Amino acid sequence: MADTDLGLTLLRLLGPAGPEVGCDECFALLDRYVELELAGADADGLVPGLRAHLVGCPACAEEHESLRALLELDRRS
Amino acid sequence: MTLRAVRETVEAPVPLDTESQDWLHDLRAAGRAHEAAVAQLHQLLLKAARFEVARRRRALPHLSGAELDDVAQEAAGDAALSVLRRLDDFRGESRFTTWAYKFALLEASVKVRRHSWRGRELPLEPETWAQFEHSAPTPAVRAERSALLGAIQTGMRTALTPHQRQVLVALALNGVPIDVLADRLGSNRNALYKTVHDARRKLRAELEANGFEGGW
Repeated sequence: MADTDLGLTLLRLLGPAGPEVGCDECFALLDRYVELELAGADADGLVPGLRAHLVGCPACAEEHESLRALLELDRRS
Repeated sequence: MTLRAVRETVEAPVPLDTESQDWLHDLRAAGRAHEAAVAQLHQLLLKAARFEVARRRRALPHLSGAELDDVAQEAAGDAALSVLRRLDDFRGESRFTTWAYKFALLEASVKVRRHSWRGRELPLEPETWAQFEHSAPTPAVRAERSALLGAIQTGMRTALTPHQRQVLVALALNGVPIDVLADRLGSNRNALYKTVHDARRKLRAELEANGFEGGW
């Protein structure tokens, strides 16, 4: 197993440092956060705790990536 | 951090954009205008659900194209119900379509994870500790890694409740998706993540108490 796998597992075991929102809060805030990101605004400053949650929760992170990718696709079409 | 605490830190919602106002107006209307808006909403959500299923299709190699589309259709239907039920929750903090998309992406991603793990036994015991130690490139790194992993294992045994240990092992070590574990345990994603969060906090405190500093 590679060192990167160990690092990832340690992150999954020990989680992100600092305060973070929960999954329900993440879902409630995700649309605003992604639009801020795509607008080049300070999404992490305006929606505190969400980035840390995305680091700690693979499921919410996948949905964040998908929403961002879908909006980017909409922009191009 | 609570949702209220987060919301208190963000700006007041801006007035709704025209397109979002139209969506809300038509979805709240009666008769044909409502039916047409619901049909349009369903198409929007189906597009998002198909997008998500296509992104995750490698997790479902046993499903045909038609079966994958069934997953997307089901996700879009469930998402439409959620959106209509929660229209009053839309605060205009994003465009309406962005807000609605996330319901379809959630439903589709959860369904893909469930399909992917259907019929599989959930590994709830650690399977990977030895692999980490054996992969160390030098004896010094191996010793350092063994000490850290040993402290983590001890912390998991002594500082966590059986439920916290079971959840953390399944999610963090064995890669079980949180929605799948929630189904099997009769719980939900938010509650399980709270369990994980509390377990992580205890583990980090245990490591720090034993002389391990952050940055792991």
